[in-house]
Amino acid sequence: MGKYVIRRIGQMVIVLFGATLILFACLFVLPGDPVGSLGGDKARDPAVIQQLRERYGLDKPLVEQYGTYVSNLVQGDLGEDYTQRREVTEVLSPKLGNTAKLAVAAIVIDVVLGILAGLIAALFRYSFWDVLVTLLTTMAIGFPSFVIGMILQSQFAVNLGWFPLISDGSFNSLIMPAFTLAIIDAALVARLMRGTMLEVLRADYVKTAIAKGLPRRTVLLKHVMRNSIIPVVTYIGISFGGLLGGALITEAIFNWDGIGFALVTAIQQQNNPIIVGVVTYGVAVFVLLNLLVDLLYAVLDPRIRLS
Amino acid sequence: MRGATRARWAVCALSAVLAAAAAGCGGGGGGGTGVVRSSWGDPQNPLEPANTNEVQGGKVLAMIFRGLKRYDPRSGAAENMLAEKIETSDQQNFTITLKDGWTFSNGEKVTSKSFTDAWNYAALVDNKQKNASFFEYVDGYDKVHPASGAATAKTLSGLVVKDDRTFTVKLKTKFSTWPDTLGYTAYAPLPRAFFDDHAAWLKKPVGNGPYAIDSYAKGSAMKLTKWDGYPGDDKAKNSGVELRVYTDNNTAYTDLQAGNLDLVDDIPSAQLKNVKNDLGDRYINQPAGIIQTLAFPMYDANWSKSGMEKVRRGLSMAINRDQITDQIYQKTRTPATDWTSPALGEKGGYKAGLCGDACTFDAASAKKLIQEGGGLPGGRITLTSNVDTGSHRVWMDAVCNSINNALGNDNACIVNPVGTFADFRNQISEQRLSNPFRSGWQMDYPLIQNFLQPLYYTDASSNYGKFSDPQFDKLVDEANAESSQGAANAKFQDAERILAREMPAIPLWYQNGSAGYSDRVSDVTLNPFSVPVYEQIKVG
Repeated sequence: MGKYVIRRIGQMVIVLFGATLILFACLFVLPGDPVGSLGGDKARDPAVIQQLRERYGLDKPLVEQYGTYVSNLVQGDLGEDYTQRREVTEVLSPKLGNTAKLAVAAIVIDVVLGILAGLIAALFRYSFWDVLVTLLTTMAIGFPSFVIGMILQSQFAVNLGWFPLISDGSFNSLIMPAFTLAIIDAALVARLMRGTMLEVLRADYVKTAIAKGLPRRTVLLKHVMRNSIIPVVTYIGISFGGLLGGALITEAIFNWDGIGFALVTAIQQQNNPIIVGVVTYGVAVFVLLNLLVDLLYAVLDPRIRLS
Repeated sequence: MRGATRARWAVCALSAVLAAAAAGCGGGGGGGTGVVRSSWGDPQNPLEPANTNEVQGGKVLAMIFRGLKRYDPRSGAAENMLAEKIETSDQQNFTITLKDGWTFSNGEKVTSKSFTDAWNYAALVDNKQKNASFFEYVDGYDKVHPASGAATAKTLSGLVVKDDRTFTVKLKTKFSTWPDTLGYTAYAPLPRAFFDDHAAWLKKPVGNGPYAIDSYAKGSAMKLTKWDGYPGDDKAKNSGVELRVYTDNNTAYTDLQAGNLDLVDDIPSAQLKNVKNDLGDRYINQPAGIIQTLAFPMYDANWSKSGMEKVRRGLSMAINRDQITDQIYQKTRTPATDWTSPALGEKGGYKAGLCGDACTFDAASAKKLIQEGGGLPGGRITLTSNVDTGSHRVWMDAVCNSINNALGNDNACIVNPVGTFADFRNQISEQRLSNPFRSGWQMDYPLIQNFLQPLYYTDASSNYGKFSDPQFDKLVDEANAESSQGAANAKFQDAERILAREMPAIPLWYQNGSAGYSDRVSDVTLNPFSVPVYEQIKVG
């Protein structure tokens, strides 16, 4: 297990370097000078552009730029952004916090709602509840998130006044965006849960357990749940990784100052240090979560050995 | 969905009126009594006066700084603020005397040195200030800001401090209306704190305006409170301003309607059709100091050879500006009739209609002129612009349609969209374009000089088409040497008449500044830079 983790972390470092290198190369070949366009429609004078190019190392060849970036990265320094001239880590850290808050809230709602709904639907197959879950999940999957977000806003903020319309830092303002993000995922989790559970319920070992006279609760918790949750864990892991990478539309609707919006703005401004910073972080989170999911497999299913 | 929101909001507002308790609606949204809650975006640059030339940073600077002059929010005229008098006998050497009794909000006195230190900082190439070029008229600029290489001096030799309240400025050449440029924030005085602890100052800037910054959370909000000790006569009429960052202007608009926000200054384009119904007379739409033009590559012989002025004029006449500004922009652009902006006002040198017939849509004459001039180079033209912002793609299509219709040829004009602004910028500066391209200009100060000299004077900094006309240059020089603003304006307007004849750039439209506000506030106006005049806003 220890060896496995170390090997996976080693792989992660390679993936990180690969991802940043590809990104660096892409940004390098983009037409236009990110510093030259900082002045908007007005031409910036060549002396200042030259100074800025030197300051950000843009006058150096790609390999040298990348080398500098990596050696700084190892020391936890992501560089300075082009527009505000602030440390990238300083710019991004509050946004990362906001995105993480939203992602955690969304994933909690996601897990609770999704698993519960799937469980009920599978246990009471073809009942009213099953049909209701199928109907609701179909609707949830069909709605784009901006529609859900705006419906929530108009009903619960403008009409009923239960929650603030947009983020104001309070816990209350977290609920609507978290729901907006969670609803689609929860629907998918519910369907996944229902499907795998129905399969497991038909499995021989479950029949055996029931025939042996085990209490229904033990059968369900120890044998059915545990076995049917593996694909759900995989899905939730991936989805959590996606959430931590920011959610542009939801962030925009609820004025949530997160990573997704920062990335889009940075792309529009060709603010390369921010772009590279966000992507590096995104890749790291994704790889880490994948590792976590793989480790969880072994916990859930002793037959899976990590070696 | 949007309609439903609006209807409910109306019901809510109505019931609030009936109950005589506005607090019943909307909910949320902080802001103490008398505080104006206004939408905001993260400033693009650090909040240094000489490094800010966009509206978001401009809002803050307009609240916390006062310079030698101030532009009247209505007329745009430059009036003395901190300056008691600015005197000159030769239009080149100026003596500036400051009023007594001005301090920064941290108590430090505003002296001559507060100005000269700030200007020297702005001009020095090492400080990489966006608006450094404003100081190019001051003697010694070449030393502190050489075109290439390192600076050979730290300070502008043209600035000399006489005493605490007097300093002199020597300009490189005669520039009679130079004092009227001094209302721009780039010329604001700076306290010692700016130089002594720059990082701390940037976190919480300190100035000498009617407001002081209370707190600044980058990316989310800035709170400003009225500075009670403010010595000027334009004291704030509200108790403070809360600037809230909105990542999406649709969200800000919804928040305004829900009663959580008092002022938005960017109406989302999707809402332009509804805004009059939604807000009634609480919607402002007025020309800003921004003009869009189509510049011709005069460096290209195909366009600059004699006779082509007819083609250029003809193309201008082929564009139906009224229709495009109506249908695409819902009147948030105003058809241009000259190369400046109505935001200048008469005093600033604006005169409607200087472009004359050449800017009036006339398909038949357009076709005739273009044929007389020898036709389009290569039989067709392409229009180039970046298309990542500002609906440029849409208007370029419309302009091309208009030209094609006028010429009766579906292929006379095609659009060349460039994906990113940086790429577009590059193609322009490397003179790679051989056909007309978009050229926008946002004024630095409300003077006609600012719309003409940087753009059309030979080899000027933003003269991308490389237009050059000795007569135009001569008129600009003469205008700058005139002793009265009226006489200078007349000369500049004569210079504009040359542009009308030569048409190095087709004026398209003036961009408008727009804003909407809640019924909680009144006396909302925009200044010539489209920045809300916060200190005049009354709450309640």
